[in-house]
Amino acid sequence: MLKIAVCVKAVPNPEQANQVKIDPVAKKLNRIDIQLTINSLDKHALEAALQLKDKIGAKVTVISMGPSEASSVVSECLAYGADHGYLLCDHAFAGADAYATAYTLASAVKKLDTFDVIFCGRESSDGATEWVGPELATFLDWPVVTMVREIVEYSTTDWIVKANTDGGYRVVKVTLPAVLTVTRELNTPRALSFSSILKARNKAINVLNLKDLGISEEKVGLKGSPTMVTELACLDNTRACEILEGTIEEKAEALIRVLVSRGVLK
Amino acid sequence: MSRGKGPVWVIAEQIDGHLQPVSLQLIGQARKLADGIGSPLEVVLLGENISAIYTQLISAGADLIFAGDHPAFQIYHAQIFTTIIIELAQKQQPEIILLGATYMGRELAPLLAAKLETGLTAHCIKLELDQEKNLVQKIPAYGGLMSIICPKHRPQMATVAQGVFPLPEMNKDRVAEVIKIAPPDRVASRVEILEIVREEPQGLNLESAHTVVAGGAGAGDNVGWSEIVKLAQVLNAGLGSTRPAVDAGWSDINTMIGQSGKIVKPDLYIAVGLSGEQQHIVGVIGAKVMVAINNDPKSLVFKRVDLGIIADCKKFIPVFIKKIQMYKSNG
Repeated sequence: MLKIAVCVKAVPNPEQANQVKIDPVAKKLNRIDIQLTINSLDKHALEAALQLKDKIGAKVTVISMGPSEASSVVSECLAYGADHGYLLCDHAFAGADAYATAYTLASAVKKLDTFDVIFCGRESSDGATEWVGPELATFLDWPVVTMVREIVEYSTTDWIVKANTDGGYRVVKVTLPAVLTVTRELNTPRALSFSSILKARNKAINVLNLKDLGISEEKVGLKGSPTMVTELACLDNTRACEILEGTIEEKAEALIRVLVSRGVLK
Repeated sequence: MSRGKGPVWVIAEQIDGHLQPVSLQLIGQARKLADGIGSPLEVVLLGENISAIYTQLISAGADLIFAGDHPAFQIYHAQIFTTIIIELAQKQQPEIILLGATYMGRELAPLLAAKLETGLTAHCIKLELDQEKNLVQKIPAYGGLMSIICPKHRPQMATVAQGVFPLPEMNKDRVAEVIKIAPPDRVASRVEILEIVREEPQGLNLESAHTVVAGGAGAGDNVGWSEIVKLAQVLNAGLGSTRPAVDAGWSDINTMIGQSGKIVKPDLYIAVGLSGEQQHIVGVIGAKVMVAINNDPKSLVFKRVDLGIIADCKKFIPVFIKKIQMYKSNG
């Protein structure tokens, strides 16, 4: 049976995350409590795995690296229908950049099973680098196809997929095992049903720490990250805004007058 | 990779013999960095029948070109490109590698970074050198600008979107050597590209449009969004969007403007129903005149534009369209 791993990230709820801002005077971030939620594109990665499970049978394993609060996101994936859930959780993992994250995930993948396919969301809503999928593939020495928008054919040895590229898409044949990063166009994630939530109650989340993975502390978290944040400065994009008043008709007319006078409406 | 002041690299990109504009923009910026470090600027270009491009790269500032001109390089292939560039990087020991945030760059950059065991920064809008001549990579974050360095690993790698840096002045008198590189002998390829399909682009090219209309979550629903689409049509404008609009399914990811999307510099930019978050606004800071239409007088967007209309966009846009049509028909 096909063995699929899905890498998911617990991200700060994007709507709340937008409220975290640097204070221009204190030059510090305002602190608010933010809920963790499953990264939106990772839902599509999970859905891709679950659709294959429904069609041809597959064992779906969800792997996430994050703080203990991220276990709620792994539970959610189990409720959607994943068979196994792993949370890679250790103080040593904190502060990881994409490189250290991909290294840690790769170590878990090697440890856990001989997977045929790994699905990742193309990017996360917080860092949005798109690096973890390709770097994970490199650490595993597997091929990667990024921005997959359709799975055309699948067999036990190789798949044919459509993946976005400049002004169109490429049709790619990829030999398994492989890492695929997915886009929103790939599918529509299913809704969570009450019965699936009940069924998932008995599925345990396995927590793996640094020792369980058997890797060096030097290779993970802040220590294992080549990149380092040195400063957070204010960025002033303020413009002096003139608010146009009046009725809707008057506002529209005033706007046209100003745009014409500034030479940007012809 | 050992520490040393090696060359500054730009991995240039061409599609069907056409150089991507971001490659020249990167060479312009890399030239400044190379001069600051006191290192040469080397450009890597892979493709087929690409010799016509070399003079552009040299005029823009390249000191040395590594050119792979071979059928094996005709289309970007992750494994082949990674293999050949890694081999070259191990020989040249670059201090910095810059790539455009194109489809190729966004896949190739992390493959190279992981293989070279180094850091990589996305969405850079400024690249500077600190006192130790480390590359300071600045990205928008938390409504501010975050500085990232890669202190102990080399090369220092970054991707930059098209439009962040201006095109450099072209100096046709510059000369530089071109070194040919051969494709790898044998790549046990596990990825085969069967076909490349170019789809009809939808709407105007955002990066070159004189006017851009961008919509956000405030469109409310499909009906609201269709008003924004109509406004863009009437103004002959490029249609842009924010991430929430993409997430809502109203618009395509290729229309997203901002930090992880497109960088645009139109004469006129009209923001409809969007809150002016930094992630979006950094994509339009070069616009000449900025207008916001939003029903929330307290919205952040009114601090970041030149002209504000406080109104429900569903009510305002139809009236605005009618007035524009009247203005146009009256000359």
